[in-house]
Amino acid sequence: MQLSVSITVNGRRYDREVEPRLLLVHFLRDTLALTGTKIGCDTSQCGACTVLLDGVAVKSCTCLTAQADGSAVTTIEGLAPDGQLNPIQEAFWAKHGLQCGFCTPGMIFATHALLEANSNPSPEEIRHALEGNMCRCTGYQNIVRSVQAAAAAGAR
Amino acid sequence: MATTVAAPARVFGSGIKRREDPRLLTGTARYTADITLPGQLYAAILRSPHGHARIRTIDTAAAKAAPGVIAAFTGADTEGVLQTIPCAWLVPNSDLKTAPYPPLAKSVVRYVGDAVAVVVAESAQQAADAVDLIEVDYDPMPATVDPEQAVKAGAPQLHDEAPNNIAFHWTVAGGDVDAAFKKADVIVRDRIVQQRLIPTAMETRGALAQYVPATGELTLWNTTQNPHIVRFIMSLVCGIPEDRLRVIAPEVGGGFGSKIPQIQGDFITVFCSMKLGRPVKWIESRSENYQSTTHGRDHVQDVEMAATKDGKILGLRCTVWAGMGAYLSTAAPGIPTILHGLMLSGPYQIGAVKEDVYGVYTNTTPVEAYRGAGRPEATFMLERVIDRLADEIKIDPAEVRKRNLIPPFDNGHDVVTGLKYDSGNYIGAFDKALKHVDYAGLRKEQAEARKKGRYLGIGVSMYVEICGLGPSQVAGAVGFQGGLWESAIVRFHPSGKAHVFIGSSPHGQGEETTFAQIVADELGVAVSDVRVIHGDTETTPMGWGTYGSRTTAVSGAALAVATRKIKEKAKLLTSHLLEAAVEDIDYANGKFFVRGFPDRHKTIQDIALMANVAWNMPQGMEPGLEATTFYDPPNFVYPFGAHVAVVEVDPETGHIELKRYVAVDDCGPQINPMIVEGQVHGGVVQGIGQALWEQAVYADNGQLLTGSLADYAIPRADVLPDIEVLSTVTPSPHHPLGVKGIGEAGTIASTCTVYNAVIDALEPFGVESIQMPLTPERVFGAMKRGTTKSGADLSGPRKGA
Repeated sequence: MQLSVSITVNGRRYDREVEPRLLLVHFLRDTLALTGTKIGCDTSQCGACTVLLDGVAVKSCTCLTAQADGSAVTTIEGLAPDGQLNPIQEAFWAKHGLQCGFCTPGMIFATHALLEANSNPSPEEIRHALEGNMCRCTGYQNIVRSVQAAAAAGAR
Repeated sequence: MATTVAAPARVFGSGIKRREDPRLLTGTARYTADITLPGQLYAAILRSPHGHARIRTIDTAAAKAAPGVIAAFTGADTEGVLQTIPCAWLVPNSDLKTAPYPPLAKSVVRYVGDAVAVVVAESAQQAADAVDLIEVDYDPMPATVDPEQAVKAGAPQLHDEAPNNIAFHWTVAGGDVDAAFKKADVIVRDRIVQQRLIPTAMETRGALAQYVPATGELTLWNTTQNPHIVRFIMSLVCGIPEDRLRVIAPEVGGGFGSKIPQIQGDFITVFCSMKLGRPVKWIESRSENYQSTTHGRDHVQDVEMAATKDGKILGLRCTVWAGMGAYLSTAAPGIPTILHGLMLSGPYQIGAVKEDVYGVYTNTTPVEAYRGAGRPEATFMLERVIDRLADEIKIDPAEVRKRNLIPPFDNGHDVVTGLKYDSGNYIGAFDKALKHVDYAGLRKEQAEARKKGRYLGIGVSMYVEICGLGPSQVAGAVGFQGGLWESAIVRFHPSGKAHVFIGSSPHGQGEETTFAQIVADELGVAVSDVRVIHGDTETTPMGWGTYGSRTTAVSGAALAVATRKIKEKAKLLTSHLLEAAVEDIDYANGKFFVRGFPDRHKTIQDIALMANVAWNMPQGMEPGLEATTFYDPPNFVYPFGAHVAVVEVDPETGHIELKRYVAVDDCGPQINPMIVEGQVHGGVVQGIGQALWEQAVYADNGQLLTGSLADYAIPRADVLPDIEVLSTVTPSPHHPLGVKGIGEAGTIASTCTVYNAVIDALEPFGVESIQMPLTPERVFGAMKRGTTKSGADLSGPRKGA
């Protein structure tokens, strides 16, 4: 059985037939070849697959493609389409908020979600907001600094 | 960023932004899983659900008939095609028993996760579905999972080749240990379990193999830290000559040692592509990664220290049972021996040491290097037992350390295990750390807090590590089946832009930036004009890989030497073009000029153009501006440092609050302090993970109980304080830039620093040891039980200091 879905990703509408069990992360990566979204676990712990679904940060491995029917998704490829980094990306670059880069797309969307809700978070609030996104390289400290820098730059 | 003008401030030592980041920040970097080739198929591997079992039959018929399935293979199909997986560190004088490690199990499975069969299908989902249809009739056998228990009589036996499951028995000895213990006033002992850890690089492992039957050529995209070693080993196992094998490490999402070895899935993927003549991709799930990619640590350590009553350490005697898992992984035997036992005396003057290390087969996932690899286990043992000594003789633990440190030296110091440390100023780092935290003040605060029923703990730990592996002659002498040199090519193009090609293979450490800084600093080009290429055996020169904090220490040295060759040629060409004697040509700030006549000069860009067009070359000089260096270091490098942790333990719950963590590290001159600091942050946090949260747990039957990120607790952002990062600078006397390594330093020091702090906090309860990780449950239980010999004193502060 296949389901018809219509999903807008990074501003462009895609109409596709998908398996009912297809996860949104697999739709993005395998069906649309948007491989910037990463898979780091199979238990929804790591947050590497975090994207925006209708403006809300979600782990795209916890969401069926069918659930996103009619929705708008933003992936990491949609943040700097012309090569001009957005303020959160700039802040992660300036503050060395990434090393291997694998968790980074998810971290950027988790940061986006935090700053939407709280434009001037404390370090404690930042650490709490990022507890669902795992990084094995940075020890998180420069990620916290990146989020602070992004907030200071008025990013959301 | 400037394009062609060198910045006035020295670029060496400048914390500039990383060149690799824009692609990582925009999702345009390509990791192995992101690559798809025309006609690509997907492999899924069936893994043993048993820790130890005989395979009676395997039936793949239903899987082969499933939708989209192209083929299914078992171990029998690999007969005559794939050799067994070699171990590449054959430690001598250890009676090493290497059991054959088949890429696909044939008659016996020896750990949960051992590969049994593979299905190849048109889609990843079809392969995953079909693998569940394979019927395997297993005859389960008893398993053994604990390295100390596995050597005892009656334990289940893994390999006929290794009686009592002993893979090797290695000994290091120096000085007269018996005499040291005879004349000791005090002997302190401890038993330490360095629990098994799972490296957990955020990118799991995976491979994409493309075999072309018409040419016999194979390209392998692989999540690896060392593509040239992969080519070598893959060639041995699958029989494809090295000249027809191309290994590409594309973007690699962390490694921490788990991407050094060649694992079953790599060979299986290559095998499938060879059999089918089509590209085949295999990407681990996280649960598969936890079962089948390598683990770390897994030591049971008995340690005893002999000392005088005023705290002078006389000797150290240890026995270690080191779990190897079911097979010897690529570098495994070298880790609890060469990288561990030779570092037993740390930064201290200890006249006598002896250690017996038993490498033990158990029904568990093979153990490999994990960040620090042997050195954290040695540092912990030493730093822990020094605290026990301090407690016993009632002298402050910082003072005991001071009384034993090797005095500062800048060009070689021989230690009892036979190593020659390159340079060190241990007291410098230690004093800096103590001063930064106001150690005496902290002790007062601790005493005051205890009066109010609050339990602060202060932990200190020193470390010195062996890294920058290493001279190849030494590598050969200690049984490493390869060299440990590195090579670099610097190539200037006519426009003055440069490519650097290196054989090492960074995967998050930032060498595309720091190595560009090396060239920029030497030649006055902009960092943005130097592009560093790595990770492809077809385009980069030979190198042995990125691990053991060796990339900057060895590969960076190769690059410095190659860059200086460019400089020499540039001077010669300048002297020819300016019609001046070469002895009169100086270099400063990007310009080669005639001494005393700074206006008569050529820039490196001028020289690059003139060398490439070659219109006017001196007699005998070859055209082009390119240099290659093969660099074999004369010695290892020995970074060091001193760390301090402050914790508070809640007596009601056993919860540990990590209040402060201070790291003073000395890796010599820092090329990019921002990147150094990032390495320290990450390393420290991984070590804290071992102290407080992480443990791979096996049931007695060999089931991995911590098989996912839901069960295995890596550090999260909300459970950590900011790390306070400081440094001292003691150059290596033999490295062309004086630099040492920094990748593993934090991990080596931090586990014991935090552990010591927690035990220090619990001193009033008489607690002397708790098994890691220090979960609230264990801490609370230890507080309730205590282990006091003479009754707990709930108010008395520690004496001394």
